[in-house]
Amino acid sequence: MKRLILAALFLALSALAQGTLKVGVVVSATGPAASLGIPERNTFLLIQEILDRTGGVAGRKVQFVILDDASDTTQAVRNTRRLVEEGAVAILGTTTTPASLGMIPVVAEAKVPKISLAASKDIIHPVDAQRFWVFKTPQTEELMARAIVADMVARGIKTVGYIGFNDAYGEGWARFFEAEAKAKGLQVVVSERYNRTDTSVTGQALRIIARRPEAVLVGASGTPAVLPQRTLRERGYGGLIYQTHGVANPDFLRVGGKDVEGTLLPAGPILVAEQLPSAFPSKRVALDYIQRYEAKHGIGSYSTFGAHAWDAWLILKPALERALKKADPDKDLAAFRAALRDEIEATKGLVATHGVFTFSKEDHLGLRFEDAAVMVQVEGGRWKLIRTFR
Amino acid sequence: MDATILGLLLLDGVQSGVVYGLLALAMVLVFAVTRVILVPIGELMMFAPLSLVWLMAGKLPGTLALALALGLLWSLLDRRPWPLLLAGGLFLLALPARGLLPLAYPLALLLVVYLSLATYRVFFQPLKEATVLALLILAVGLHVAYQGLGLVFFGPEQHRPEPLLRGEVLVGLSWQGVLVLLYALLAVLALYLFFRLSLYGKALLAAAENRLGARLYGIRPEEAGMVAFAIAGLMAGLSGLLLAPITNAAYFMGFMLGLKGFVAAILGGLVSYPVAFLGALLVGLFESFTSFFASAYKEALVFLLLLPALFYQSLRAHAVEE
Repeated sequence: MKRLILAALFLALSALAQGTLKVGVVVSATGPAASLGIPERNTFLLIQEILDRTGGVAGRKVQFVILDDASDTTQAVRNTRRLVEEGAVAILGTTTTPASLGMIPVVAEAKVPKISLAASKDIIHPVDAQRFWVFKTPQTEELMARAIVADMVARGIKTVGYIGFNDAYGEGWARFFEAEAKAKGLQVVVSERYNRTDTSVTGQALRIIARRPEAVLVGASGTPAVLPQRTLRERGYGGLIYQTHGVANPDFLRVGGKDVEGTLLPAGPILVAEQLPSAFPSKRVALDYIQRYEAKHGIGSYSTFGAHAWDAWLILKPALERALKKADPDKDLAAFRAALRDEIEATKGLVATHGVFTFSKEDHLGLRFEDAAVMVQVEGGRWKLIRTFR
Repeated sequence: MDATILGLLLLDGVQSGVVYGLLALAMVLVFAVTRVILVPIGELMMFAPLSLVWLMAGKLPGTLALALALGLLWSLLDRRPWPLLLAGGLFLLALPARGLLPLAYPLALLLVVYLSLATYRVFFQPLKEATVLALLILAVGLHVAYQGLGLVFFGPEQHRPEPLLRGEVLVGLSWQGVLVLLYALLAVLALYLFFRLSLYGKALLAAAENRLGARLYGIRPEEAGMVAFAIAGLMAGLSGLLLAPITNAAYFMGFMLGLKGFVAAILGGLVSYPVAFLGALLVGLFESFTSFFASAYKEALVFLLLLPALFYQSLRAHAVEE
């Protein structure tokens, strides 16, 4: 409460000072997506601290206005409206795909650039009149599915099975993975579904085993991704098991324990930043972020999700600097927002923690596959880098 | 589909079925005695293993705070200090129980029984003259509230307590699974003996059969309600503790388990114990087989089971209200 009052006071004071840039942020700091949203919020607070110390962007103060959407779409949309009305030059967020999709019409109508922190390709593809204003930093299912299939092909695997969530996450993965697998000559012999609240997936596991695929991909996120893997192992499945980057958090290792040893998964390179070859473009930026985050929150506290937020700022900061030369937000906010959008789209070869961003008129994700995905294996309860695609 | 797969599916179906069955028995018992459809039983079930995980990690679970809060309300309603003192006692017990399995296990169980009792005393007993529908609305509200509290107390991710017994007996059946089956058998047997042999059980049955008549014989319905909720809490807590090492536990798990117990209880018309238990086994088996043949439609098919049962019940319905 005290912090809130101080923040409000600071906001009121800084609004008086000429030239403060407001950046609107929506994250899911509470609710089911909190384990992703909290590191994102921490990262924005960290950036704010750095900005306050170093004096902002191009001589102007920058003020992050951070709102929590409680993992709820309606709340995210409401927050977005509020931030637009308060004169935010850009909106960053939010954490989840449904809420990010819900925010798109709002920012498009108000003509405010937005950088989303959620995964789905639908957020930025196709770039139509509404998505004209929308960019995002996390890798899509499509990009990560490519990494998995490439790894399977390299291992000489011919037949694969799929089991995923019976919701948008699992369906999205089924769609992109099965398309990519087919294109590369892999045969998907079985495709099963389960619910995150299920307490048993024996039926699905038996069906998968009966079809004898050489590898199985589990299209699930967080700790509920452990159950199919454990069941497959308990029923004697001996093939390779792949997971998606949705499990790249410590909780998966904690709950999975010995059952998830040997799991293969695609991940943003920051997950294994220290193990990357020194020529890997994002290594230095990633280590810098990790060091700053851990200095504040403790060793081992960083996550790939907070790094998406850091990347959003890495993209926004130079775009702000360039846009400030073209328009003055104090005189004409609409013109500045439009100039800022153009400058974000003009980002080329920007090295961030998850890869190298080069936006274009058709591509508002802008990550190059080779720099944005690595294959990781769980070994001794830790993430181990096993393959880069460079 | 060969004999091995058939055997494994049957085993899996029975294992989930008996858990739904125990929840269904508890629901039938609570409904018969108090006319409350105990929707939040799934949440009570999940509070047990999550509290255990928290205690084993050396932390105090948020459920203790809930127990203290409900204990305070209980004491105010009764104008007596002992319910609050009891909650305080649980809190004091929790301090040395942290990290010690032989202490933490019964404490997690006691905590859930206490929460079950407090839920009855604080929320349902004051509304004892209300209609079944009003009680149901309250139960659904409590389910939502407890699930939300579970999220606050235990976070969004799953947790897994260590199994009491490790290893597999034969393919498809772990020792922990045997424990679940044994417990179900014992629980059903104990309930049977309790109702047949003990005076208390007979009184409970009498109260369930005819509230007014029972009162004329000196059986207090409040007391019967307390006993019913205590038994329900005990069964839910034990099921949760034994099941969690097999399935993982998280704040959102209670609803589906409770709902399937409810489906089974409905199959038994909310009155018959054996039919409810058999119904639960049927739900478990049906679920196991649909997840093999049509996993994407599993949940829809399981709840489709309700329709013929409800239709049948509505045909033979007679006035059960007093």
